[in-house]
Amino acid sequence: MSLTLEQVQRIAHLARIEISETEARTTQSHLNGIFQLIEQMQAVDTHGIEPMAHAQDLSQRLRDDAVTEEDRRVAYQAVAPETEAGLYLVPKVIE
Amino acid sequence: MINASLKQLSQALAAKQISSVELTQLFLDRIERLNPTLNAFVTVDPEKSLNSARLADARLAAASGVKPAGPLTGIPIAQKDIFCAEGWRTTCGSKMLANFISPYNATVIRKMEAEAGLVSLGKTNMDEFAMGSSNETSFFGPVRNPWDNARVPGGSSGGSAAAVAARLAPAATGTDTGGSIRQPAALCNLTGLKPTYGVVSRYGMIAFASSLDQGGPLAASAEDCALLLNTMAGFDERDSTSLDRPLEDYARDLEKPLNGLRIGLPKEFFGEGCDAEVMAAVRVAIAEYEKLGATTVELSLPNSHLSVPAYYVIAPAEASSNLSRFDGVRYGFRADDYGNLDDMYLKSRAQGFGAEVKRRILIGTYVLSHGYYDAYYLQAQRIRRLIADDFVEAFKQCDVIMGPTSPSTAFRLGEKAADPVQMYLSDIYTIAVNLAGLPGMSVPCGFAGGLPVGLQLIGNYFDEARLLNVAHRYQQATDWHSRRPEGMA
Repeated sequence: MSLTLEQVQRIAHLARIEISETEARTTQSHLNGIFQLIEQMQAVDTHGIEPMAHAQDLSQRLRDDAVTEEDRRVAYQAVAPETEAGLYLVPKVIE
Repeated sequence: MINASLKQLSQALAAKQISSVELTQLFLDRIERLNPTLNAFVTVDPEKSLNSARLADARLAAASGVKPAGPLTGIPIAQKDIFCAEGWRTTCGSKMLANFISPYNATVIRKMEAEAGLVSLGKTNMDEFAMGSSNETSFFGPVRNPWDNARVPGGSSGGSAAAVAARLAPAATGTDTGGSIRQPAALCNLTGLKPTYGVVSRYGMIAFASSLDQGGPLAASAEDCALLLNTMAGFDERDSTSLDRPLEDYARDLEKPLNGLRIGLPKEFFGEGCDAEVMAAVRVAIAEYEKLGATTVELSLPNSHLSVPAYYVIAPAEASSNLSRFDGVRYGFRADDYGNLDDMYLKSRAQGFGAEVKRRILIGTYVLSHGYYDAYYLQAQRIRRLIADDFVEAFKQCDVIMGPTSPSTAFRLGEKAADPVQMYLSDIYTIAVNLAGLPGMSVPCGFAGGLPVGLQLIGNYFDEARLLNVAHRYQQATDWHSRRPEGMA
Protein backbone atom coordinates (compact mmCIF):
# COMPACT_ATOMS: atom_id res chain seq x y z
CA MET A 1 0.00 0.00 0.00
CA SER A 2 1.16 3.48 -0.77
CA LEU A 3 -0.60 6.76 -0.05
CA THR A 4 -0.87 9.31 -2.85
CA LEU A 5 -0.28 13.00 -2.30
CA GLU A 6 -4.01 13.63 -2.75
CA GLN A 7 -4.82 11.04 -0.08
CA VAL A 8 -2.43 12.70 2.36
CA GLN A 9 -4.07 16.05 1.69
CA ARG A 10 -7.52 14.57 2.13
CA ILE A 11 -6.61 12.90 5.45
CA ALA A 12 -5.08 16.16 6.68
CA HIS A 13 -8.30 17.95 5.84
CA LEU A 14 -10.39 15.31 7.64
CA ALA A 15 -8.14 15.83 10.69
CA ARG A 16 -8.49 19.62 10.30
CA ILE A 17 -4.76 20.21 9.98
CA GLU A 18 -3.74 22.69 7.30
CA ILE A 19 -0.88 21.31 5.23
CA SER A 20 1.21 22.91 2.47
CA GLU A 21 2.18 20.92 -0.59
CA THR A 22 5.82 20.72 0.57
CA GLU A 23 4.75 19.45 3.98
CA ALA A 24 2.37 16.99 2.34
CA ARG A 25 5.25 15.52 0.32
CA THR A 26 7.47 14.98 3.38
CA THR A 27 4.51 13.59 5.29
CA GLN A 28 3.67 11.27 2.39
CA SER A 29 7.13 9.69 2.51
CA HIS A 30 7.07 9.36 6.33
CA LEU A 31 3.58 7.87 6.36
CA ASN A 32 4.44 5.39 3.63
CA GLY A 33 7.46 4.26 5.66
CA ILE A 34 5.24 3.77 8.70
CA PHE A 35 2.58 1.92 6.71
CA GLN A 36 5.26 -0.41 5.39
CA LEU A 37 5.89 -1.38 9.01
CA ILE A 38 2.16 -1.68 9.70
CA GLU A 39 1.61 -3.90 6.63
CA GLN A 40 3.35 -6.79 8.46
CA MET A 41 -0.01 -7.29 10.14
CA GLN A 42 -1.72 -8.17 6.90
CA ALA A 43 0.14 -11.48 6.58
CA VAL A 44 -1.52 -12.81 9.74
CA ASP A 45 -4.69 -14.89 9.51
CA THR A 46 -6.98 -13.59 12.24
CA HIS A 47 -10.21 -15.30 11.23
CA GLY A 48 -12.34 -16.04 14.27
CA ILE A 49 -10.22 -13.92 16.63
CA GLU A 50 -12.31 -11.55 18.74
CA PRO A 51 -10.96 -7.97 18.42
CA MET A 52 -9.52 -6.70 21.72
CA ALA A 53 -10.53 -3.09 22.30
CA HIS A 54 -9.38 -2.91 25.86
CA ALA A 55 -7.01 -4.46 28.38
CA GLN A 56 -9.77 -5.16 30.90
CA ASP A 57 -13.03 -6.82 29.98
CA LEU A 58 -15.30 -4.43 31.82
CA SER A 59 -18.65 -2.92 31.14
CA GLN A 60 -19.12 0.79 31.73
CA ARG A 61 -20.07 1.68 35.28
CA LEU A 62 -23.30 3.53 35.86
CA ARG A 63 -23.79 6.17 38.50
CA ASP A 64 -26.85 7.84 40.00
CA ASP A 65 -28.39 10.46 37.75
CA ALA A 66 -27.51 13.28 40.11
CA VAL A 67 -25.56 16.54 39.85
CA THR A 68 -22.11 15.98 41.34
CA GLU A 69 -20.10 18.84 39.83
CA GLU A 70 -20.09 22.37 41.11
CA ASP A 71 -20.29 25.35 38.74
CA ARG A 72 -16.74 26.30 37.81
CA ARG A 73 -17.50 28.12 34.58
CA VAL A 74 -15.44 31.17 35.47
CA ALA A 75 -12.33 29.09 36.20
CA TYR A 76 -12.75 26.98 33.08
CA GLN A 77 -13.37 29.95 30.82
CA ALA A 78 -10.34 31.78 32.19
CA VAL A 79 -8.17 29.54 29.98
CA ALA A 80 -10.27 29.98 26.83
CA PRO A 81 -8.87 31.95 23.87
CA GLU A 82 -11.95 34.19 23.62
CA THR A 83 -15.14 34.45 25.71
CA GLU A 84 -17.90 36.97 26.20
CA ALA A 85 -20.72 36.96 28.75
CA GLY A 86 -19.97 33.36 29.69
CA LEU A 87 -19.93 32.15 26.09
CA TYR A 88 -17.07 30.82 23.97
CA LEU A 89 -16.53 32.99 20.91
CA VAL A 90 -15.79 31.58 17.46
CA PRO A 91 -16.08 33.12 13.97
CA LYS A 92 -19.65 33.56 12.77
CA VAL A 93 -21.10 30.19 11.69
CA ILE A 94 -24.55 31.22 10.45
CA GLU A 95 -24.78 34.29 8.25
CA MET B 1 20.40 14.02 51.37
CA ILE B 2 20.70 14.37 47.59
CA ASN B 3 21.18 10.64 47.07
CA ALA B 4 19.02 9.45 49.96
CA SER B 5 16.25 6.91 49.45
CA LEU B 6 12.64 7.92 50.10
CA LYS B 7 12.70 5.84 53.28
CA GLN B 8 15.80 7.69 54.50
CA LEU B 9 14.23 11.05 53.66
CA SER B 10 11.09 10.02 55.47
CA GLN B 11 13.09 9.08 58.56
CA ALA B 12 15.09 12.33 58.45
CA LEU B 13 11.87 14.35 58.21
CA ALA B 14 10.20 12.41 61.03
CA ALA B 15 13.30 12.85 63.24
CA LYS B 16 13.33 16.61 62.45
CA GLN B 17 16.89 16.36 61.08
CA ILE B 18 15.65 18.40 58.15
CA SER B 19 12.42 20.19 57.35
CA SER B 20 10.44 19.78 54.16
CA VAL B 21 11.14 23.44 53.35
CA GLU B 22 14.91 22.85 53.66
CA LEU B 23 14.74 19.66 51.62
CA THR B 24 12.61 21.32 48.94
CA GLN B 25 15.01 24.28 48.79
CA LEU B 26 17.95 21.89 48.42
CA PHE B 27 16.41 20.36 45.29
CA LEU B 28 15.18 23.73 43.95
CA ASP B 29 18.79 24.96 44.16
CA ARG B 30 19.98 21.94 42.19
CA ILE B 31 17.30 22.56 39.57
CA GLU B 32 18.38 26.19 39.25
CA ARG B 33 22.00 25.14 38.82
CA LEU B 34 21.72 22.05 36.62
CA ASN B 35 18.48 22.44 34.69
CA PRO B 36 19.91 24.93 32.16
CA THR B 37 22.15 22.07 30.95
CA LEU B 38 19.61 19.25 31.13
CA ASN B 39 16.30 20.98 30.27
CA ALA B 40 14.53 18.39 32.43
CA PHE B 41 11.97 20.81 33.89
CA VAL B 42 9.75 23.07 31.78
CA THR B 43 8.11 24.79 34.74
CA VAL B 44 9.31 25.47 38.26
CA ASP B 45 7.53 27.72 40.71
CA PRO B 46 9.64 27.85 43.89
CA GLU B 47 7.04 29.80 45.88
CA LYS B 48 4.35 27.25 45.10
CA SER B 49 6.64 24.35 46.01
CA LEU B 50 7.81 26.01 49.22
CA ASN B 51 4.20 26.71 50.20
CA SER B 52 3.35 23.02 49.94
CA ALA B 53 6.54 22.25 51.85
CA ARG B 54 5.35 24.58 54.65
CA LEU B 55 2.02 22.75 54.73
CA ALA B 56 3.88 19.44 54.88
CA ASP B 57 6.03 20.71 57.75
CA ALA B 58 2.85 21.68 59.61
CA ARG B 59 1.48 18.17 59.04
CA LEU B 60 4.74 16.65 60.25
CA ALA B 61 4.72 18.88 63.35
CA ALA B 62 1.11 17.92 64.13
CA ALA B 63 1.81 14.22 63.62
CA SER B 64 1.81 12.01 66.66
CA GLY B 65 2.04 8.35 67.56
CA VAL B 66 -1.73 8.18 67.43
CA LYS B 67 -2.04 10.04 64.14
CA PRO B 68 1.23 9.74 62.21
CA ALA B 69 1.95 11.67 59.00
CA GLY B 70 1.99 9.68 55.75
CA PRO B 71 5.32 7.97 55.06
CA LEU B 72 6.12 10.36 52.19
CA THR B 73 4.85 13.61 53.76
CA GLY B 74 7.25 16.44 52.97
CA ILE B 75 9.25 14.63 50.29
CA PRO B 76 9.71 16.60 47.05
CA ILE B 77 8.79 15.01 43.74
CA ALA B 78 8.94 15.99 40.06
CA GLN B 79 5.69 15.72 38.10
CA LYS B 80 5.56 14.82 34.42
CA ASP B 81 3.92 17.71 32.60
CA ILE B 82 1.14 15.43 31.37
CA PHE B 83 -0.60 15.61 34.77
CA CYS B 84 -2.94 18.59 35.21
CA ALA B 85 -2.02 20.41 38.41
CA GLU B 86 -4.24 23.23 39.59
CA GLY B 87 -2.60 26.63 39.19
CA TRP B 88 0.42 25.11 37.42
CA ARG B 89 1.13 25.57 33.76
CA THR B 90 0.43 22.14 32.22
CA THR B 91 1.82 21.89 28.67
CA CYS B 92 2.12 18.18 27.77
CA GLY B 93 5.26 19.27 25.91
CA SER B 94 3.17 21.08 23.28
CA LYS B 95 2.82 24.59 21.89
CA MET B 96 -0.90 23.77 21.92
CA LEU B 97 -0.89 24.00 25.74
CA ALA B 98 2.14 26.27 26.22
CA ASN B 99 0.01 28.82 28.13
CA PHE B 100 -2.50 26.46 29.71
CA ILE B 101 -2.82 26.96 33.47
CA SER B 102 -4.78 23.97 34.68
CA PRO B 103 -7.96 24.83 36.59
CA TYR B 104 -8.05 21.42 38.27
CA ASN B 105 -5.90 18.60 39.65
CA ALA B 106 -5.35 15.18 38.14
CA THR B 107 -6.27 12.44 40.60
CA VAL B 108 -2.59 11.42 40.80
CA ILE B 109 -1.62 14.98 41.78
CA ARG B 110 -4.45 15.25 44.29
CA LYS B 111 -3.57 11.93 45.92
CA MET B 112 0.16 12.69 46.05
CA GLU B 113 -0.17 16.25 47.32
CA ALA B 114 -3.38 16.44 49.36
CA GLU B 115 -3.45 12.88 50.67
CA ALA B 116 0.20 11.77 50.84
CA GLY B 117 1.74 15.20 51.53
CA LEU B 118 4.35 15.04 48.75
CA VAL B 119 5.70 18.38 47.51
CA SER B 120 5.68 19.04 43.74
CA LEU B 121 9.01 20.55 42.63
CA GLY B 122 7.81 21.40 39.14
CA LYS B 123 6.69 19.97 35.83
CA THR B 124 9.06 17.89 33.73
CA ASN B 125 9.75 18.03 30.02
CA MET B 126 8.38 15.29 27.81
CA ASP B 127 7.80 14.32 24.19
CA GLU B 128 4.85 16.28 22.82
CA PHE B 129 1.63 14.60 24.01
CA ALA B 130 3.88 11.68 25.11
CA MET B 131 4.55 10.74 21.48
CA GLY B 132 8.21 9.89 21.24
CA SER B 133 11.04 7.77 22.60
CA SER B 134 13.76 10.40 22.92
CA ASN B 135 12.16 13.57 24.31
CA GLU B 136 13.13 15.31 21.06
CA THR B 137 9.53 16.04 20.00
CA SER B 138 8.98 18.44 22.92
CA PHE B 139 8.04 22.02 21.97
CA PHE B 140 10.40 23.05 24.78
CA GLY B 141 13.47 21.42 23.27
CA PRO B 142 15.20 18.12 23.94
CA VAL B 143 16.28 16.87 27.35
CA ARG B 144 19.88 15.79 27.78
CA ASN B 145 20.86 12.50 29.37
CA PRO B 146 22.83 13.14 32.60
CA TRP B 147 25.08 10.18 31.72
CA ASP B 148 26.15 11.83 28.45
CA ASN B 149 24.83 15.24 27.50
CA ALA B 150 25.13 14.46 23.79
CA ARG B 151 22.60 11.66 24.20
CA VAL B 152 18.85 11.39 24.71
CA PRO B 153 17.31 10.39 28.05
CA GLY B 154 14.63 8.30 26.30
CA GLY B 155 11.00 9.23 26.18
CA SER B 156 8.39 10.18 26.53
CA SER B 157 9.04 10.66 30.29
CA GLY B 158 12.55 11.93 29.47
CA GLY B 159 12.45 15.01 31.69
CA SER B 160 11.32 12.97 34.70
CA ALA B 161 14.07 10.41 34.08
CA ALA B 162 16.84 13.01 33.63
CA ALA B 163 15.62 14.89 36.73
CA VAL B 164 15.85 11.81 38.95
CA ALA B 165 19.11 10.53 37.42
CA ALA B 166 20.82 13.92 38.04
CA ARG B 167 19.16 14.12 41.47
CA LEU B 168 17.21 17.28 40.69
CA ALA B 169 14.41 15.37 42.41
CA PRO B 170 14.37 12.29 44.66
CA ALA B 171 11.74 10.67 42.41
CA ALA B 172 9.24 11.51 39.69
CA THR B 173 5.97 10.53 38.08
CA GLY B 174 5.81 9.22 34.54
CA THR B 175 3.30 7.73 32.15
CA ASP B 176 3.70 4.74 29.87
CA THR B 177 1.65 4.12 26.71
CA GLY B 178 4.23 2.03 24.81
CA GLY B 179 7.30 2.15 27.07
CA SER B 180 7.49 5.79 28.19
CA ILE B 181 8.39 4.96 31.80
CA ARG B 182 10.47 1.82 31.23
CA GLN B 183 12.63 2.97 28.30
CA PRO B 184 13.78 6.27 29.88
CA ALA B 185 14.37 4.38 33.14
CA ALA B 186 16.65 2.00 31.22
CA LEU B 187 18.51 4.81 29.45
CA CYS B 188 19.04 6.83 32.66
CA ASN B 189 19.83 4.00 35.13
CA LEU B 190 16.55 4.26 37.03
CA THR B 191 13.88 1.91 38.30
CA GLY B 192 10.51 2.52 36.68
CA LEU B 193 7.17 0.76 36.97
CA LYS B 194 4.19 0.73 34.63
CA PRO B 195 1.30 -0.75 36.62
CA THR B 196 -1.47 -3.01 35.34
CA TYR B 197 -3.85 -0.98 33.19
CA GLY B 198 -6.54 0.52 35.44
CA VAL B 199 -4.56 0.59 38.71
CA VAL B 200 -3.60 4.29 38.54
CA SER B 201 -6.31 6.81 37.67
CA ARG B 202 -6.12 8.54 34.30
CA TYR B 203 -8.31 11.45 35.42
CA GLY B 204 -6.48 14.68 34.61
CA MET B 205 -3.68 12.81 32.85
CA ILE B 206 -3.77 14.27 29.34
CA ALA B 207 -4.95 11.46 27.08
CA PHE B 208 -2.80 10.00 24.31
CA ALA B 209 -4.11 6.45 23.74
CA SER B 210 -6.73 5.83 26.39
CA SER B 211 -6.75 2.02 26.27
CA LEU B 212 -2.96 1.93 26.83
CA ASP B 213 -2.03 4.99 28.96
CA GLN B 214 -0.99 4.27 32.52
CA GLY B 215 0.81 6.42 35.11
CA GLY B 216 3.55 5.14 37.37
CA PRO B 217 6.70 6.01 39.32
CA LEU B 218 10.30 6.65 38.16
CA ALA B 219 12.80 6.42 41.00
CA ALA B 220 16.19 5.22 42.14
CA SER B 221 15.05 1.87 43.51
CA ALA B 222 12.23 -0.67 43.62
CA GLU B 223 11.60 0.25 47.25
CA ASP B 224 11.08 3.89 46.30
CA CYS B 225 8.75 2.82 43.47
CA ALA B 226 6.69 0.70 45.88
CA LEU B 227 6.24 3.62 48.30
CA LEU B 228 5.26 5.93 45.44
CA LEU B 229 2.82 3.47 43.92
CA ASN B 230 1.12 3.22 47.32
CA THR B 231 0.28 6.92 46.98
CA MET B 232 -0.71 6.82 43.28
CA ALA B 233 -2.86 3.69 42.98
CA GLY B 234 -6.51 3.26 43.84
CA PHE B 235 -10.03 3.28 42.44
CA ASP B 236 -11.27 6.57 41.04
CA GLU B 237 -14.87 7.04 39.98
CA ARG B 238 -13.74 9.89 37.70
CA ASP B 239 -11.87 7.43 35.47
CA SER B 240 -14.31 5.14 33.64
CA THR B 241 -11.68 2.37 33.32
CA SER B 242 -10.33 2.61 36.87
CA LEU B 243 -10.49 -0.77 38.60
CA ASP B 244 -12.46 -1.05 41.81
CA ARG B 245 -10.19 -3.31 43.84
CA PRO B 246 -9.07 -3.34 47.47
CA LEU B 247 -6.06 -1.09 48.21
CA GLU B 248 -2.73 -2.88 48.39
CA ASP B 249 0.53 -2.21 50.19
CA TYR B 250 2.91 -2.60 47.25
CA ALA B 251 5.89 -2.77 49.62
CA ARG B 252 4.51 -5.77 51.52
CA ASP B 253 6.52 -8.44 49.71
CA LEU B 254 9.77 -6.55 49.09
CA GLU B 255 11.87 -8.78 51.32
CA LYS B 256 10.48 -12.15 50.25
CA PRO B 257 13.24 -14.57 49.19
CA LEU B 258 13.31 -15.50 45.51
CA ASN B 259 13.76 -19.25 46.04
CA GLY B 260 11.74 -21.10 43.46
CA LEU B 261 10.92 -18.03 41.39
CA ARG B 262 10.30 -19.14 37.81
CA ILE B 263 11.69 -16.70 35.24
CA GLY B 264 10.37 -16.96 31.69
CA LEU B 265 12.79 -16.03 28.91
CA PRO B 266 10.94 -15.46 25.63
CA LYS B 267 13.15 -16.45 22.74
CA GLU B 268 11.83 -13.44 20.79
CA PHE B 269 13.50 -11.11 23.33
CA PHE B 270 16.87 -12.81 22.98
CA GLY B 271 17.20 -12.95 19.21
CA GLU B 272 18.71 -10.53 16.74
CA GLY B 273 17.96 -6.82 16.85
CA CYS B 274 19.47 -6.18 20.28
CA ASP B 275 22.86 -4.63 20.90
CA ALA B 276 25.33 -7.40 21.94
CA GLU B 277 26.64 -5.58 25.01
CA VAL B 278 23.10 -4.84 26.19
CA MET B 279 22.24 -8.51 25.77
CA ALA B 280 25.39 -9.55 27.66
CA ALA B 281 24.44 -7.35 30.65
CA VAL B 282 20.91 -8.80 30.65
CA ARG B 283 22.27 -12.35 30.65
CA VAL B 284 24.59 -11.58 33.58
CA ALA B 285 21.57 -10.21 35.47
CA ILE B 286 19.61 -13.40 34.84
CA ALA B 287 22.56 -15.45 36.09
CA GLU B 288 22.49 -13.31 39.26
CA TYR B 289 18.81 -14.23 39.69
CA GLU B 290 19.74 -17.90 39.45
CA LYS B 291 22.21 -17.34 42.28
CA LEU B 292 19.33 -15.82 44.26
CA GLY B 293 17.38 -19.06 43.90
CA ALA B 294 15.37 -18.51 40.72
CA THR B 295 15.04 -20.97 37.87
CA THR B 296 14.63 -20.10 34.21
CA VAL B 297 12.40 -21.50 31.53
CA GLU B 298 12.62 -20.71 27.83
CA LEU B 299 9.32 -19.87 26.24
CA SER B 300 7.84 -18.11 23.26
CA LEU B 301 5.67 -15.07 22.66
CA PRO B 302 5.08 -15.96 19.01
CA ASN B 303 3.18 -12.80 18.06
CA SER B 304 5.40 -10.28 19.82
CA HIS B 305 7.00 -9.19 16.52
CA LEU B 306 3.56 -7.82 15.59
CA SER B 307 3.32 -5.55 18.61
CA VAL B 308 4.96 -2.50 16.99
CA PRO B 309 2.78 -2.67 13.83
CA ALA B 310 -0.43 -3.22 15.84
CA TYR B 311 0.50 -0.44 18.27
CA TYR B 312 1.10 2.05 15.45
CA VAL B 313 -2.49 1.51 14.34
CA ILE B 314 -4.20 1.41 17.74
CA ALA B 315 -2.33 4.22 19.50
CA PRO B 316 -2.64 6.74 16.62
CA ALA B 317 -6.31 5.80 16.16
CA GLU B 318 -7.04 6.60 19.79
CA ALA B 319 -4.81 9.68 19.66
CA SER B 320 -6.56 11.11 16.60
CA SER B 321 -9.82 10.90 18.50
CA ASN B 322 -8.43 12.22 21.80
CA LEU B 323 -6.59 15.13 20.21
CA SER B 324 -9.64 16.30 18.27
CA ARG B 325 -10.51 18.25 21.43
CA PHE B 326 -7.70 20.72 20.64
CA ASP B 327 -9.61 23.02 18.34
CA GLY B 328 -8.74 26.46 19.68
CA VAL B 329 -12.19 27.04 21.17
CA ARG B 330 -12.31 26.20 24.87
CA TYR B 331 -8.61 26.14 25.84
CA GLY B 332 -5.21 25.89 24.26
CA PHE B 333 -3.63 27.58 21.29
CA ARG B 334 -5.63 29.55 18.73
CA ALA B 335 -3.98 30.89 15.54
CA ASP B 336 -3.71 34.66 15.26
CA ASP B 337 -5.13 35.00 11.76
CA TYR B 338 -7.97 32.97 10.33
CA GLY B 339 -11.09 33.32 8.20
CA ASN B 340 -14.11 31.20 9.01
CA LEU B 341 -14.52 28.59 11.77
CA ASP B 342 -13.11 25.74 9.66
CA ASP B 343 -10.06 27.86 8.85
CA MET B 344 -9.61 28.57 12.55
CA TYR B 345 -9.49 24.83 13.28
CA LEU B 346 -7.15 24.13 10.36
CA LYS B 347 -4.66 26.85 11.26
CA SER B 348 -4.79 26.43 15.05
CA ARG B 349 -4.09 22.71 14.75
CA ALA B 350 -1.45 23.17 12.03
CA GLN B 351 0.44 25.72 14.13
CA GLY B 352 -0.25 24.22 17.57
CA PHE B 353 0.89 20.63 16.96
CA GLY B 354 4.43 19.49 16.13
CA ALA B 355 5.42 17.16 13.29
CA GLU B 356 5.29 13.82 15.17
CA VAL B 357 1.90 14.55 16.71
CA LYS B 358 0.51 15.51 13.30
CA ARG B 359 1.89 12.31 11.78
CA ARG B 360 0.13 10.21 14.38
CA ILE B 361 -3.14 12.11 14.03
CA LEU B 362 -2.98 11.49 10.28
CA ILE B 363 -2.25 7.77 10.68
CA GLY B 364 -5.13 7.50 13.14
CA THR B 365 -7.52 9.44 10.94
CA TYR B 366 -6.65 7.20 8.01
CA VAL B 367 -6.98 3.83 9.77
CA LEU B 368 -10.35 4.86 11.21
CA SER B 369 -11.68 6.19 7.91
CA HIS B 370 -14.36 4.50 5.84
CA GLY B 371 -13.01 1.57 3.85
CA TYR B 372 -9.84 1.10 5.94
CA TYR B 373 -11.29 0.47 9.40
CA ASP B 374 -11.53 -3.32 9.03
CA ALA B 375 -8.19 -3.79 7.30
CA TYR B 376 -6.25 -1.75 9.83
CA TYR B 377 -8.07 -0.98 13.06
CA LEU B 378 -9.95 -4.26 13.49
CA GLN B 379 -6.97 -6.30 12.29
CA ALA B 380 -4.77 -4.51 14.85
CA GLN B 381 -7.29 -5.26 17.59
CA ARG B 382 -7.34 -8.94 16.63
CA ILE B 383 -3.56 -9.03 16.75
CA ARG B 384 -3.73 -7.30 20.11
CA ARG B 385 -5.80 -10.29 21.32
CA LEU B 386 -3.18 -12.73 19.99
CA ILE B 387 -0.41 -10.84 21.77
CA ALA B 388 -2.34 -10.77 25.06
CA ASP B 389 -3.16 -14.49 24.75
CA ASP B 390 0.56 -15.27 24.27
CA PHE B 391 1.21 -13.78 27.71
CA VAL B 392 -1.64 -15.81 29.26
CA GLU B 393 0.05 -18.98 27.95
CA ALA B 394 3.50 -17.79 29.07
CA PHE B 395 2.39 -17.12 32.64
CA LYS B 396 1.25 -20.75 32.95
CA GLN B 397 4.95 -21.63 32.90
CA CYS B 398 6.56 -18.79 34.84
CA ASP B 399 6.05 -16.09 37.49
CA VAL B 400 7.88 -13.26 35.79
CA ILE B 401 9.18 -12.66 32.28
CA MET B 402 12.59 -11.06 31.74
CA GLY B 403 14.50 -9.54 28.87
CA PRO B 404 16.05 -6.26 27.77
CA THR B 405 13.98 -3.07 28.20
CA SER B 406 15.47 -1.37 25.16
CA PRO B 407 17.46 -2.83 22.23
CA SER B 408 20.22 -0.23 22.71
CA THR B 409 21.65 2.16 25.27
CA ALA B 410 20.93 5.91 25.02
CA PHE B 411 21.37 7.07 21.43
CA ARG B 412 22.73 10.41 20.27
CA LEU B 413 20.50 13.46 19.99
CA GLY B 414 19.33 13.64 16.40
CA GLU B 415 20.41 10.08 15.57
CA LYS B 416 16.89 8.76 14.97
CA ALA B 417 14.96 12.02 14.71
CA ALA B 418 14.71 11.96 10.90
CA ASP B 419 13.35 8.42 10.63
CA PRO B 420 10.10 7.76 12.54
CA VAL B 421 10.27 3.99 11.95
CA GLN B 422 13.74 3.69 13.53
CA MET B 423 12.46 5.68 16.51
CA TYR B 424 9.39 3.45 16.85
CA LEU B 425 11.58 0.35 17.01
CA SER B 426 13.19 1.69 20.24
CA ASP B 427 10.09 0.36 22.00
CA ILE B 428 10.14 -3.09 20.43
CA TYR B 429 10.35 -4.89 23.81
CA THR B 430 8.00 -2.68 25.81
CA ILE B 431 4.92 -2.18 23.61
CA ALA B 432 3.45 -5.69 23.93
CA VAL B 433 3.08 -5.12 27.68
CA ASN B 434 0.83 -2.09 27.08
CA LEU B 435 -1.25 -3.90 24.47
CA ALA B 436 -1.88 -6.72 26.96
CA GLY B 437 -2.38 -4.29 29.88
CA LEU B 438 0.21 -6.06 32.06
CA PRO B 439 2.53 -4.50 34.67
CA GLY B 440 6.17 -4.02 33.65
CA MET B 441 9.33 -2.62 35.16
CA SER B 442 12.80 -1.60 34.13
CA VAL B 443 15.66 -2.20 36.55
CA PRO B 444 19.30 -1.07 36.14
CA CYS B 445 21.46 -4.14 35.35
CA GLY B 446 24.83 -2.87 34.18
CA PHE B 447 26.56 -0.68 31.64
CA ALA B 448 27.55 -0.92 27.99
CA GLY B 449 30.13 1.57 26.75
CA GLY B 450 29.67 3.58 29.94
CA LEU B 451 25.90 3.88 29.44
CA PRO B 452 23.17 2.28 31.57
CA VAL B 453 21.36 -0.92 30.56
CA GLY B 454 17.87 -1.81 31.79
CA LEU B 455 16.46 -5.25 32.56
CA GLN B 456 12.75 -5.51 31.84
CA LEU B 457 10.52 -7.46 34.24
CA ILE B 458 6.99 -8.30 33.10
CA GLY B 459 4.43 -9.61 35.57
CA ASN B 460 0.99 -11.13 35.38
CA TYR B 461 -2.04 -8.86 35.94
CA PHE B 462 -1.96 -7.17 39.38
CA ASP B 463 1.43 -8.69 40.20
CA GLU B 464 3.07 -5.33 40.96
CA ALA B 465 4.03 -6.39 44.51
CA ARG B 466 5.82 -9.44 43.14
CA LEU B 467 7.64 -7.43 40.44
CA LEU B 468 8.79 -4.97 43.10
CA ASN B 469 9.95 -7.86 45.27
CA VAL B 470 11.89 -9.41 42.37
CA ALA B 471 13.50 -6.03 41.59
CA HIS B 472 14.24 -5.22 45.24
CA ARG B 473 16.02 -8.50 46.02
CA TYR B 474 18.21 -8.00 42.95
CA GLN B 475 19.00 -4.46 44.11
CA GLN B 476 20.08 -5.80 47.48
CA ALA B 477 22.52 -8.15 45.73
CA THR B 478 23.85 -5.63 43.18
CA ASP B 479 24.70 -1.94 43.19
CA TRP B 480 23.95 -0.92 39.59
CA HIS B 481 20.95 1.13 40.70
CA SER B 482 23.03 3.24 43.07
CA ARG B 483 25.56 4.34 40.43
CA ARG B 484 25.27 8.04 39.66
CA PRO B 485 26.42 10.00 36.60
CA GLU B 486 29.58 12.08 36.96
CA GLY B 487 29.52 15.85 36.74
CA MET B 488 26.14 16.17 38.44
CA ALA B 489 27.37 16.82 41.97
